[in-house]
Amino acid sequence: MFAYAVRRVFAGIIMLTAMSMVTFVMFFASPIDPAQFACGKNCSLEQRAQVRKGLGYDQPVWKQWKSFAVGVFKGRDYPEDKSLRESAPQLVAHCAAPCLGYSRVNIATVTEEFKDRIPVSSSLAVMAFLMWIAGGIALGAIAAITKGSIIDRGVVGTALVFYAFPTFFVGLFLLKFLAIKWQIFPVPNYISIADGGIGSWLTNLVLPGLTLALFYMAGYVRMTRAFVLESMGEDYLRTAKAKGLAPRKILFKHTMRAALTPLVTMAGLDFAGLLGGAVITETVFNYNGLGKLAVDSVQTYDLPTIVGLVLLLGAFVILANIIVDILYAFIDPRVRVG
Amino acid sequence: MSSFLSVRDLVVHFPTVDGVVKATENLSYELDRGQTLGIVGESGSGKSVSSSAILGLHRGTNAEVSGEIMLDGVDLLKVNDETIRRKRGREVAMIFQDPLSAMHPYYTVGNQISEAYRVHNNVSRKQARARTVEMLDRVGIPQPDRRVDDYPHQFSGGMRQRAMIAMALINDPGLLIADEPTTALDVTVQAQILDLLQDLQREFNSAIIIITHDLGVVAEMADDVLVMYAGRAVEYGPTKEILVHPEMPYTWGLLSSVPDVVGDTDAKLIPIRGNPPSLLTPPAGCAFHPRCDHTDKVPGRLCFTTLPELTPARAGGDHTKRCHLVNPDEVYAKEVLPEIAPEMSEEDA
Amino acid sequence: MSSSEPLTDASAADASPVESSGAHAASRLDPGAKAVLTVQNLRMYFPVKTSGIIRRTVGHVQAVDGVSFQVPTGGALGLVGESGCGKSTTGRLITRLLRPTGGTIDFDGRDIAQLSNRELLPLRREIQMIFQDPATSLNPRHTVGAIVGAPLLIHKVVPKDKVLPRVQELLEIVGLNPEHYNRYPHEFSGGQRQRIGIARALTLQPKLLVADEPVSALDVSIQAQVINLLQDVQKEFGIGFLFIAHDLAVVRHFCPEVAVMYLGKIVEIADRETLYLRPHHPYTQALLSAVPDVKQAAIGGRRERIRLEGDVPSPILPPSGCRFRTRCSLAQEICAKVEPPLMQIGPRHKVACHFAGELGHAPKEPVTMQVCGVDAHGSPVAGAAPDVQLNEPGFSDSWLDLQTGQRAGA
Repeated sequence: MFAYAVRRVFAGIIMLTAMSMVTFVMFFASPIDPAQFACGKNCSLEQRAQVRKGLGYDQPVWKQWKSFAVGVFKGRDYPEDKSLRESAPQLVAHCAAPCLGYSRVNIATVTEEFKDRIPVSSSLAVMAFLMWIAGGIALGAIAAITKGSIIDRGVVGTALVFYAFPTFFVGLFLLKFLAIKWQIFPVPNYISIADGGIGSWLTNLVLPGLTLALFYMAGYVRMTRAFVLESMGEDYLRTAKAKGLAPRKILFKHTMRAALTPLVTMAGLDFAGLLGGAVITETVFNYNGLGKLAVDSVQTYDLPTIVGLVLLLGAFVILANIIVDILYAFIDPRVRVG
Repeated sequence: MSSFLSVRDLVVHFPTVDGVVKATENLSYELDRGQTLGIVGESGSGKSVSSSAILGLHRGTNAEVSGEIMLDGVDLLKVNDETIRRKRGREVAMIFQDPLSAMHPYYTVGNQISEAYRVHNNVSRKQARARTVEMLDRVGIPQPDRRVDDYPHQFSGGMRQRAMIAMALINDPGLLIADEPTTALDVTVQAQILDLLQDLQREFNSAIIIITHDLGVVAEMADDVLVMYAGRAVEYGPTKEILVHPEMPYTWGLLSSVPDVVGDTDAKLIPIRGNPPSLLTPPAGCAFHPRCDHTDKVPGRLCFTTLPELTPARAGGDHTKRCHLVNPDEVYAKEVLPEIAPEMSEEDA
Repeated sequence: MSSSEPLTDASAADASPVESSGAHAASRLDPGAKAVLTVQNLRMYFPVKTSGIIRRTVGHVQAVDGVSFQVPTGGALGLVGESGCGKSTTGRLITRLLRPTGGTIDFDGRDIAQLSNRELLPLRREIQMIFQDPATSLNPRHTVGAIVGAPLLIHKVVPKDKVLPRVQELLEIVGLNPEHYNRYPHEFSGGQRQRIGIARALTLQPKLLVADEPVSALDVSIQAQVINLLQDVQKEFGIGFLFIAHDLAVVRHFCPEVAVMYLGKIVEIADRETLYLRPHHPYTQALLSAVPDVKQAAIGGRRERIRLEGDVPSPILPPSGCRFRTRCSLAQEICAKVEPPLMQIGPRHKVACHFAGELGHAPKEPVTMQVCGVDAHGSPVAGAAPDVQLNEPGFSDSWLDLQTGQRAGA
């Protein structure tokens, strides 16, 4: 098991390296000149050249990547160009290792940018995850057990409706009615646990969490229903029945346990993806998370932030995959290697 | 004295969008403790469906079940759901064809067997485990105290089926139903399992119903044989009687279309033509008539119009058959036997 | 060239498919026929890798370990054994779905064992396979006509407009309604689907057909239909069959010669009568005694069953010497030391056992001492030259007579 995990981590590192390279290439493959963008509207050619030099964009792509890669381990100084650094030492910014880059746009290292935003996105992800797992599995199981009935069709139909509505609509809807009009919840604003305690942290997460959860829940209701139904057709259920087990025991011990495995896989991957931020929801509720950062950095051609985000999100997904695979081996004894 | 198990006029119908599937029609048989009944039939004959009805496995589905199933004096079709649930695994147990899919892959074998014990007995985990190990030993699994913590996929096919037998017999049921227990196993393993079942029957005095398509298995294990076709019993009686003096063309067909390992190589393989009948729209009259080679021996068009009743065979005794032929024993001796077992018919002649 | 006449009367009473009815006797052996397939010392080892960080190969699953046999033109050889004996793997090696680790496969004068896929392409017309499960071996998304016609299109055997008539011809030959070429597999019964599989295999007029458990998944009454159909097809087209099955009774009916496999090796190979009435290998004897017999039980006697103890050993670490010795009641010291060679003991009878003999008449001393150049305990005898004639496929004109201990025959 340990060797398996090590192998996977190793492969993951290789994948992350490749991802960073591809990002660099894609960034410079775009038709828009990033230096032009950074420079601004009224930019003369000399100013543009100077900006380009300052940002290090005049170097060949592979060299820029190399500086980045080295900087991850050793730390870097900005601007790249030694002559520029010497000419204006007070403008030099130092980025300590591990250095993911320095954003000219936000005047901060990428790591600093992440520091405040990661908890926001993570809290949102956790809240949404708990809601959609609890709701999705419970409703899906109920739909499967009452298959064909009005309850079944109602549950599946409602789930489909929420799936069809765009998140911004649902978010705004909840915001307008639950927060503003009926004032059941406060108008959401992210308050960290350190600032306001767990209670207010939670209440502020309910609405945005619910917005996301309703969307994901739709998929999980249908998936759970399908897996439980499939599980119900298995031969070992017939054996359990023939042994004289009570229906409730058969459901929980036998049926659900089998349906759980594929759900765990999906849930792990969905959660990992969500850790990288939910753009629309964060925008609707004005939460300063990674999603918003992502959109902003692309719009401003902020290469270091983009690269940093790609790596962070990539690492989340790769890690989640590894964890899910290992978890799988705990749940399903047939999968255990060696 | 009434029998331990007595099935009377059992009917199982499944209403579907296309019509009613008549899986079992007017099935009747009896079985005592210490005896074995072999139910022979092909897919669609109703053999599994009718036996599942004994355990009440059709409850909660849209199946329509009627008739009478008396087990030790209690009609299983009339009791409520809770009562039948208590009898399952305790008074009547069932083992199925594929032991790998019949066990939950995520739980150890010991866990699943102990579960069967703890459902019906109020004992601690430790006691249940001890009994489980005892049963595993009894069914011939080596190192049972270690293998009890293994998972089903870690057992070989034969071992798995032994474990299933242990699971079924752990509560000492009076009736064991084995649905194609050896079909998925190698022939040497099959022999071991059949021997095991017979040993256990002698020890526990259980009644066994063995459902199979293999006449050889029936020949070795069953005291009585019930041949099913299109949901009905078409021949029923002591095994020796039926194998030596079969009186229904379907039984002849079964005997002729199965090759054997000993005997004359001049023996011919005669298939039954056609396909098994649809249970949705079975043929009128005798359900076997489209595949029967002897309808011309029956006057009029009786086979095509009238369902034959179960009538006593020529030799008498407990042997009954469902056929319009008046002299089946002669037909068998003159036409069928010389083809399939030339040396035997010479002995008879 | 093959005839294109339908084998059965197409004027059936109703629109239901025509089938091969009528009594069929067991196939007969033609001793003079040439071999269409000769396999010598065929081996297939699957590597077993560790699960460490760097995966090393620690051993091999010796699925097939040195088998040699022949299939006569227009004849049939049965390959029987229980799960894990390697018979299915052998079938896959013959059709080159797998590449053998060693040995030769001589088909029609050419060794195909190590040919590349491209070189094999024209040969795939000559060797075809029928599979066990009719439900899963046919693509459910293709019509029957497409399934049967595909080989014709791939190998460009006939022009495109001639494909459909040929397909219909083949459907008729296997006893199906030729008008049903536009139907999908799920619209047919299990037996009919198996017939479709047979039609597909016949499309290119192969010389050799490998049938891997062709009737195990079918109902009993349908099995006989399909077996008879295969016999008709064999006679009509002169196709050689490698008939792989675990059902000894079915094999007995179809195959005039049968080979018994255990853990990757052939332990006995003989003509039908000898194998079933006078088996000399303890495993064959145990196998035959385990088959429940209707006629025997009907008469009243039950043969004394030979009980095999234990489980089949792992093919990764097979027992030394004779692989069967861990479950054999006759096993002695020599069995652990020396692997018994497949030795010819009759005109058409070979057996691999140190104590080969009829049931209840096993010899006291090993019969293979001279052939292997060892003494009764398995230790090598100085100066003895082991017989190198072993592992030759087919049967030779001389053999070792067990009764006299001398060479017999021509």
